[in-house]
Amino acid sequence: MTDAAQSSDVLVAYDGTPLKQQLAKTTRRMKFRALLLTMPLVLFIIVSFVLPIGDMLFRSLHNPTGSNVAPNFAEAIQKWDGEDYPSDDIIKIFVEDLATARKNREVGKTVGNLATRVNYEIPGSRSLFTKTARRAGKITEGPYLDALIKIDKKWENKNVWVTLKRVTRDYTLSFYLAATDRKYDENESIVRADELYRIYLPILWKTIWLSALITFLCFIIAYPVAYLLSTLPLRTSNLLMILVLLPFWTSLLVRTSAWIAMLQKEGILNNVFVYLGFIGDEHRIQMIYNATGTVISMVHILLPFMILPLYSVMKTIPPSYMRAAKSMGASNFLAFRRVYFPQTIPGIAAGVLLVFILAIGYYITPALVGGNDGLLISNLIANHIQRTLNWSLGAALGTILLVVVLVLYWIYNKLVGVDNLKFG
Amino acid sequence: MSTRSAGSDDSYVRFENVQKSYDGEVLVVKDLNLDIRKGEFVTMLGPSGSGKTTCLMMLAGFEPATHGEIFLNNRPINAVPPNKRGIGMVFQNYALFPHMTVAENLAFPLQVRGMSKFEQEDRVKRVLEMVELPQMGGRRPAQLSGGQQQRVAVARALVFEPDLVLMDEPLGALDKQLREQMQYEIKHIHENLGVTVVYVTHDQTEALTMSDRVAVFEDGVIQQLSSPQALYEDPQNSFVAQFIGENNKLNGTVERVTKDICDVKLDNGSMVKAQKVNVSGKGDRTTLSLRPERVELDPPKSHKNVIEGRIEELIYLGDHIRVRMNVAGNDEFIVKVRNRSDRKPLAEGETKTIGWASEDCKALDLVA
Repeated sequence: MTDAAQSSDVLVAYDGTPLKQQLAKTTRRMKFRALLLTMPLVLFIIVSFVLPIGDMLFRSLHNPTGSNVAPNFAEAIQKWDGEDYPSDDIIKIFVEDLATARKNREVGKTVGNLATRVNYEIPGSRSLFTKTARRAGKITEGPYLDALIKIDKKWENKNVWVTLKRVTRDYTLSFYLAATDRKYDENESIVRADELYRIYLPILWKTIWLSALITFLCFIIAYPVAYLLSTLPLRTSNLLMILVLLPFWTSLLVRTSAWIAMLQKEGILNNVFVYLGFIGDEHRIQMIYNATGTVISMVHILLPFMILPLYSVMKTIPPSYMRAAKSMGASNFLAFRRVYFPQTIPGIAAGVLLVFILAIGYYITPALVGGNDGLLISNLIANHIQRTLNWSLGAALGTILLVVVLVLYWIYNKLVGVDNLKFG
Repeated sequence: MSTRSAGSDDSYVRFENVQKSYDGEVLVVKDLNLDIRKGEFVTMLGPSGSGKTTCLMMLAGFEPATHGEIFLNNRPINAVPPNKRGIGMVFQNYALFPHMTVAENLAFPLQVRGMSKFEQEDRVKRVLEMVELPQMGGRRPAQLSGGQQQRVAVARALVFEPDLVLMDEPLGALDKQLREQMQYEIKHIHENLGVTVVYVTHDQTEALTMSDRVAVFEDGVIQQLSSPQALYEDPQNSFVAQFIGENNKLNGTVERVTKDICDVKLDNGSMVKAQKVNVSGKGDRTTLSLRPERVELDPPKSHKNVIEGRIEELIYLGDHIRVRMNVAGNDEFIVKVRNRSDRKPLAEGETKTIGWASEDCKALDLVA
């Protein structure tokens, strides 16, 4: 210890600068270079992951259709307090905006866009707008509300105006409500959707439940396989490993189609059952285009993701542990339960997490073999993104899925501890 | 070579004509017969692949014997699974369960036996004190040093008070100094508890320091089973003579046998006398075995066996000087000269006479 070190608690280098500072200085260049090397990945992740997800989150809350189509009305209606009907001035602006919008051919600013948007909230109200817009140009003088009611009785319904006030606001929660089978009533309070329209929550629960089932089945099947792989002599285990990895090298579509050939009513499995006399020809089992088909093919596809982490953990457990347990008097079962199994938990945790998260967002397989019964939440999301083009609802569903996964991950972390995971 | 006293009452562990093959083509253990008395410390010593570990695994029950029977306390145990044998075992890499604390590790065999919590704690405490780690119960094995892990492994094998403890190269992973210390500790534990210990090692020093008897394994056969002293001083064949301690070899032919002394003509023509151990009679080719510390440099003329050698190299080792000589065509002949103040100066290239007592030179089977 030098005098300098004695005079203060901070360690200093020979020239008197604090040691920490000196250390930071010497490693700065190294750190900077390391950072530079990761830049391509960072940029890629920002462009391909962070931005799209941010965009999705934004879209689920932000839908400017109303203010795009009827900008003046959108501003005016917000002054209405929701009592009675909007003043005739406001309705006048609405009629003018509709007339302008009808002439508009710009993408996203047509009456059709507004009609679709309102139709999300009040199903079956689409024609009201197209019809009214056609005749809006002819309305020249007030009272405008009466003129509208003359065109269509539905304008009498105050809920239409309440809804219009809501959809012309740019930021809205209504897509989240829709995604959780809820809606606003005329008094702007949140109520459950009509029974007929409650579809998303049941599908979400089904997705979670099927993913859990798939994960569980994968675990039951993968554990003994991984054990075998880790204990067999290298040559045999390599061969087995190739068999495990083979599905990875085959196209997902091919594998799924193969399951169709196997499981359909006139498929191989049913033929074998009929041939062996297990079932009559007229009682062939429906094993595909339903939840069963989804589960069977997804278990097959996701199995390697369970086997590999389990295998990588099991391989590191020397056989002497089991022997030691037995030499101390433990039966095979007890030695397994108390000594072997606890040591495989990091592998189980990793495999379960991997398979579950993959399963909960899986899309292709349920779309191909799920029929109506085996559809998962991602199929609905895809449907909204690709077919109904209700991106905001799709985004809201996607966000809910993301939140569900994060919450489950959080619970999982509490139970298992993420630093306990071992992916291999 | 093995001692055999079938059905003797004092034999605690008995191997009877035990053979073992893994692939049906090669016998790893060939017709093993071995008796171990209660309370004895027996070491199976041999190079790797000599079958010693296989024997231990058969005794523990992890490998079935291909042929023959193993008795424990006069009871055949071939059909008894390892967990019913009640044998404590210390494994090569300790095999301490990493997900349990030291105390949990030690309590495991007690839990399995359905012992009460109170008694478990009591025993764990006592055994931790025995291995001098009383404060370590709450730690994980990974937080211990190698030597501490070693002690815990020994403690775990002893905590359920087995009569027989097997140790499979337990000190292999320790550094030299710690290894020596642990040798004494294990030896003392054995003496204090009176358990029977079967110990496997390839380290001869370890075997000699600790054991009551040592079984030298080679090629699936026990070459010699005797006390450490007998093993060193009266090797029964050339393998044992070379495997245990340092050894000088001189090849020759037996010319004459009188009682247990034989005259041997070395390959360079000199005649020497040696104790007859593993030769049958006149005309036999033999390898003579001589310990370096039993050879005398510049012996008095009265010595019976005196031949000449040339000093090739001198190595100063402090307590003694290692003299490498060329004797009768063998230039690896080592003589240890004690470093006394009155020793005469030696020089490389000098020709000197060496001599030995006939009993210290063993006529054994020929080594090419």
